[in-house]
Amino acid sequence: MGDGVAETVTTTGDAGAGRQGRSGKDTLLDARGLTKRFGDILANDRVDLVINRGEIHALLGENGAGKSTLVKMFYGSLEPDGGEILWQGNRVDIGNPAAARDLGIGMVFQHFSLFEALSVVENIALALPNPGRMSELSNRIQTVSRDYGLPLNPEDIVADLPVGIRQRIEIVRCLLQEPQLIIMDEPTSVLTPQEADLLFLTLERLAKEGCAVLYISHRLEEVKRICHHATILRHGQVVRECDPTKETPASLASMMVGADVASVSASAQKPVIGEPRLALKNLSAKAATPFATALNNVSLDLRAGEVVAIAGVAGNGQGELFDAISGEMPVAADMVVLDGKPCGNRNITWRRRQNAAFVPEERLGHGAVPGMKLSQNIVLTRHSTGDKLVSAAFVSTANAGKMEQRIKKIYDVRMSHDDPEARSLSGGNLQKFVVGRELDRKPGVLIVNQPTWGVDAGAAALIRQALIDLARSGSAVLVISQDLDEIFEIADRIAVISRGYLSAAEPTDDMNRERVGLLMAGGAEAQGEVA
Amino acid sequence: MRVELVKRKEHSRKMALLSPLIAVGLTAIAAGIIFSISGHNPLSGLYKFFIEPLTQEWSFNATIAKATPLILIACGLSVCYLSNNWNIGAEGQFIVGALFGSALPILMPDFENAATLPLMMVFGVIGGALWALIPAVLKTRFNTNEILTSLMLVYVASLLLDYLVRGPWRDPGGYNFPESAMFSDAATLSTIPGTSLSFAAPITVTVAIVLAVILGKTLKGFEIRVMGESPRAGSFAGFSAKKLTLFSFATAGGLAGLAGTMEVSGALNQLLPTISPGYGFTAIIVAFLGRLNPFGIIVAGFVLALSYIGGEAVQSAMGVSNKIASVIQGLLLFFVLACDTLILYRIRFVGRRGSAGEASHV
Repeated sequence: MGDGVAETVTTTGDAGAGRQGRSGKDTLLDARGLTKRFGDILANDRVDLVINRGEIHALLGENGAGKSTLVKMFYGSLEPDGGEILWQGNRVDIGNPAAARDLGIGMVFQHFSLFEALSVVENIALALPNPGRMSELSNRIQTVSRDYGLPLNPEDIVADLPVGIRQRIEIVRCLLQEPQLIIMDEPTSVLTPQEADLLFLTLERLAKEGCAVLYISHRLEEVKRICHHATILRHGQVVRECDPTKETPASLASMMVGADVASVSASAQKPVIGEPRLALKNLSAKAATPFATALNNVSLDLRAGEVVAIAGVAGNGQGELFDAISGEMPVAADMVVLDGKPCGNRNITWRRRQNAAFVPEERLGHGAVPGMKLSQNIVLTRHSTGDKLVSAAFVSTANAGKMEQRIKKIYDVRMSHDDPEARSLSGGNLQKFVVGRELDRKPGVLIVNQPTWGVDAGAAALIRQALIDLARSGSAVLVISQDLDEIFEIADRIAVISRGYLSAAEPTDDMNRERVGLLMAGGAEAQGEVA
Repeated sequence: MRVELVKRKEHSRKMALLSPLIAVGLTAIAAGIIFSISGHNPLSGLYKFFIEPLTQEWSFNATIAKATPLILIACGLSVCYLSNNWNIGAEGQFIVGALFGSALPILMPDFENAATLPLMMVFGVIGGALWALIPAVLKTRFNTNEILTSLMLVYVASLLLDYLVRGPWRDPGGYNFPESAMFSDAATLSTIPGTSLSFAAPITVTVAIVLAVILGKTLKGFEIRVMGESPRAGSFAGFSAKKLTLFSFATAGGLAGLAGTMEVSGALNQLLPTISPGYGFTAIIVAFLGRLNPFGIIVAGFVLALSYIGGEAVQSAMGVSNKIASVIQGLLLFFVLACDTLILYRIRFVGRRGSAGEASHV
């Protein structure tokens, strides 16, 4: 990896020159003018990208910038409408993922495609073209996984494994095919900081051996730390290339967004802590399905004026906790107390009437009905909260429409025509809508699961600021999030959930990433069992 | 060349209206092919089947009489289908409703006054609703598949009817024919003065209008549509899936039971071993052809009723088996469901070889 070429910075105008500057004998993959169109949308517009051997290459961009489309073309899941891909100097047509694997391109997906009821070796065997004998495969898995510092027991059943280990399975599966290029889509979004460090060691080792990594991530700190080169996409075009080690996360973010991103901080305005609004008292619930997480003696006090964040790696009981607080999963009455009233057995409508509001993680299909208009989706959560949306059992379309206009304006929800179906909005815009729909009520207690999941930097800043503003105006806000940057930005106190146990919420000033990471990795569990 | 389905960003309103019309057109073409394969002129076959019954008063009235139960049952079924409850057993609910409604004139023939008919109708509604609640309770309590249980109960109901008219409810003065005694005048649904149509038709239209208002304008209707499209979002809205399953089955069963009672009271005037030419099943097609919308269902009920009358017409005029009616009904449902794809997808013709698609994730 030559240092001289890595720092070439180019703009759209002379992207060709940058490519010329970077391609050489070490070039593994050279994409020229790749174009992909979906209907009216140009997802990739003449994208040039050069990946060299032994390079960890970051692909940056906001949601919808065209990153996934681009890597899907490399992996053979999508066919380009224009342009060409050169692999080791030869023009190739990657018709399907099997062809990509034959070339030596492997991919680790953001969402794992593992069968939970099968063992590690069975899952890997399913993905290999010629798995061979199971016992031999087991041995290979053990050798390869140990070699790369990702130890795996081939006999473990996937359902019993934490998410970090599941990701290892995906990576080892990929490594077994001896790829020369590994594409990773948001690999650290499911890892604790310590697990992520381990992954980085593996990636650095792969790079030293000459394997290239195309690394997609929203976490700019880690991009700066491990990547040698970065290509930044905006609206389907390459807008910049740079050496991330010479940039700051803020400068990378503004390249992605094309403007400075407003910084959000909870500490700017000190909270005035008031009455307790929500209390969880030894909240326990059995796992509803074999793959769900049980909640164990979860206790938490949420006071007016503050933002409390619950950190944790995906699948550690966040969804179950949300459902118990919202009332979608009933529990014993005194386990959940809203403004002094025990309500664990009350339904979500009752809790909304107590001026609580909820934003679930899954915006489409849980927070909103995909095929219904936005105005109807407003009725979804506000039909019984005294907003004049329903009178004498009849729904007022006019009032719902007015409310939709208001929310759209205040929370900057962008749409192609007025009052569209929820499914037609982009993820970020729909998130602004479902958060705005609840904020519009000025709720006394707001519970948000993953407030900015998959939302671009500009919209995320808007949502985070709105959450802080709500708390400072005297409401209590509980944020469940897997994004540590977000948590340290907005939380006054931080608790960590691990395998259904919740650690005590401690002031953000007393917490650091190290400590949160240890709690994520089981410290919260130990604390919970002692308590 | 290759044909691709491309997902639309939103439902197409145009296609929602056009899809049933395209389906009817395709059915007519398919029916024409069947007529010509069986050696008849397809055009005259289609004319006799679809058009001729509308040209004569008696067959027009017969069409309305057949459309009435279809529309009433389909209105109830639309509540089930909109809320994602797959009630296939309306035929059984129709029969049990008829049995409950007939119990009064058969077991208490001397109870003849102004209350007789309204009471029969109430009993009919209760009977149909109770029968429908069996699969609903099984679904909510034990998570059984309501498609199977509701369908199986159809056969139980029709055997129960068969047993009653051959056994305990057989007319003592009926020369051992398997039929009940004729109902008294007080137990007979009268005809609209000056026509040969019974009051079942206006009652049905009224029910359809009320249902249209409930579905379109009220919170209950909103709940039904939300639950059908996204149960998780429904529970987030505070609606109970279980209560709605019970509600929708009871509504569908009640309306089917009312249809059953009005059929025996208005058209047949007694119980027979068979009281329905498959209304409960045909109503499934009516519900979908009518876009699960009560006004659409009124039109669709008329079209399907025509297939019964048309089937008889081509049998008598051309010697084609009247099973052709069932074939055409089946084709119609097939085409309706197929054309519904176009509401959320559009067809695209692709010239050259395309991608392997996104389904090819390992």
